[in-house]
Amino acid sequence: MSAHNIVPFHVYRNVLLALLALTVLTVLVAKPVSGFDAGIFNFVIAMAIASVKAGLVLAFFMQLKYDNKLFLVIIVSTVFFLALLFGICTIDILTRPALTSTL
Amino acid sequence: MSSAVIDKSKNYINHEKGLWSWLTTLDHKRIGILYMITVMAFFLIGGIFAMLIRTELFTAGKTIVDAAQYNQLMTFHGAIMVFMVIIPGIPAFLGNFFLPLQLGAKDVAFPRVNLMSWYCLIVGAAISFFSLFYHGADTGWTFYTPYSIKTDNGTILLVLGAFVMGFSSILTGLNFIATTHRLRAPGMGFFEMPLFVWGLYSTAIIQVIATPVLAITLLLLAAEKTMGIGFFDPALGGDPVLFQHFFWFYSHPAVYIMILPAMGIISELITTYSRKVIFGYKAIAFSSVGIAAVSFFVWGHHMFVSGQSEVAGVIFSFLTMLVGVPTAIKTFNWVATMYKGSIQFQSPMLYAMGFLFLFTIGGVTGVMLATMAADVHFHDTYFVVAHFHYVMVGGTLMAIMGGIYHWFPKMFGKMYSELGAQLSFAFIFVGFNVTFFPQFILGAQGMPRRYFDYLPAFEPLNQISSVGSWTIGVGFLIGLWVIIHGLLRGEKAPDNPWGAKTLEWQTTSPPPHENFYDQPKVTGGPYEYR
Repeated sequence: MSAHNIVPFHVYRNVLLALLALTVLTVLVAKPVSGFDAGIFNFVIAMAIASVKAGLVLAFFMQLKYDNKLFLVIIVSTVFFLALLFGICTIDILTRPALTSTL
Repeated sequence: MSSAVIDKSKNYINHEKGLWSWLTTLDHKRIGILYMITVMAFFLIGGIFAMLIRTELFTAGKTIVDAAQYNQLMTFHGAIMVFMVIIPGIPAFLGNFFLPLQLGAKDVAFPRVNLMSWYCLIVGAAISFFSLFYHGADTGWTFYTPYSIKTDNGTILLVLGAFVMGFSSILTGLNFIATTHRLRAPGMGFFEMPLFVWGLYSTAIIQVIATPVLAITLLLLAAEKTMGIGFFDPALGGDPVLFQHFFWFYSHPAVYIMILPAMGIISELITTYSRKVIFGYKAIAFSSVGIAAVSFFVWGHHMFVSGQSEVAGVIFSFLTMLVGVPTAIKTFNWVATMYKGSIQFQSPMLYAMGFLFLFTIGGVTGVMLATMAADVHFHDTYFVVAHFHYVMVGGTLMAIMGGIYHWFPKMFGKMYSELGAQLSFAFIFVGFNVTFFPQFILGAQGMPRRYFDYLPAFEPLNQISSVGSWTIGVGFLIGLWVIIHGLLRGEKAPDNPWGAKTLEWQTTSPPPHENFYDQPKVTGGPYEYR
């Protein structure tokens, strides 16, 4: 990047509001607070909200949206390899015979 | 710069004087030399441990050490050779010295971080060695749970040492990625880079992505061991196979941290000593990146018999065999490069050809181990020991030795005894095969690895193997003499004794503090021989 990108104030303000709104949403979908219960999807919903929040921080506060695309490649590949580690470990655990599984 | 003001007697060695100037240096060449001294010292210690192991195994039953001492020897031999010798061996030593030179840069992108990486290695190694005297770990270098949780606290120190040394690796990788992207000489695109740089770049990607996983895994192990938090102990709700998943997610790509830069060196050696442009430059370059990428998909082949599910095993078996494709691409390109070349059998080329021979055996036996049905029989036998020594020693160490002889004149401005170097190679090459080929047979016959004792029927082949290890030891001692003799009594080296084409040979031997007197400009490929 040859020069720092100047982001208008209202963009930062809107992102902040979105983050706060998503935080409120996280609390609202929590079973002990609202009684909302999606069963096995509770975890998925919480992680999805958290991922959107992380994406907003990366894109705007960390300037990934405006920066050299190489940095985007680095971030995406990092997330990919993390998903790979968790994904294949999950495949192993879910497909183990119940008799030999330690879980 | 005017030639009238250049003092060519000044170089990076005599630029500053005194021990303090070395310990605080930011010059990548000096840091490379610090790594060289460190790695060679660790190699000597790890090698002595190897000799003790093989001497113990010369006869069935106790020979020179008892079972507990044997377990500690085996653990420290593995940990030293992996974490302190082979992983830093090429990137941090030869890579540090030659990456900026081959790119036409004055230094790496972050010189202070570079020095810090060396201190991380030193501190981590010191912690590890302290554990040996405090209470030697006996888990093997893989620290497998549940034994590593139950055994004595020396394990924690060794794990902490490996954790700290991991930062050395990460910082080196980070530096090399930034240097390759930002500091190439004018005119040098990615496809004008030497293949050694491609190897280092691919390695750096693995170092940066995979090493933090090892660090986290070792922290989890320490947390479970010291605080009783359940990650890997089933009694606490954990899963011991999960440790193996996390450990090998780093440690299998780590095998490629060891071999990818070695392949880069081999590319340099074969094209230089065949006096011929490298065959399939782009194929070799992309296959380095391909191996780096595929290396992340194969870790589960270490766990075919560990309780991993069959579905995961089949996936890993298939993915493991994929690694053979980019590796074979490299091998065929090297052979094609030699075809109709003017091959010069100098010692670096002998090591390159030794690499081709030994690494091919290591690779093919790797495919055998990737086959699930065969692995059930071979797993945890001496077949595996032979296989990974053919890859790590037959591959990486051959490349390191070839690289040292190839670049020795550039590093120190002195020539070495070619006869001595060839004699050293002969001892190492013959000794290596005498040591490890019988271990394939022992493993196929069912001799388990990591055992202090064995059945009397295995004794003859074990004795042959032990004699081979002593032969290797003699070979490396001759090699050490060649290097010391070259440093003290070697003839003055010309700037480019091998007629090589890459940028490091365009500067003086040894190079000046800032590498080049004038900024080099690149107008063609790195291997334009004919």
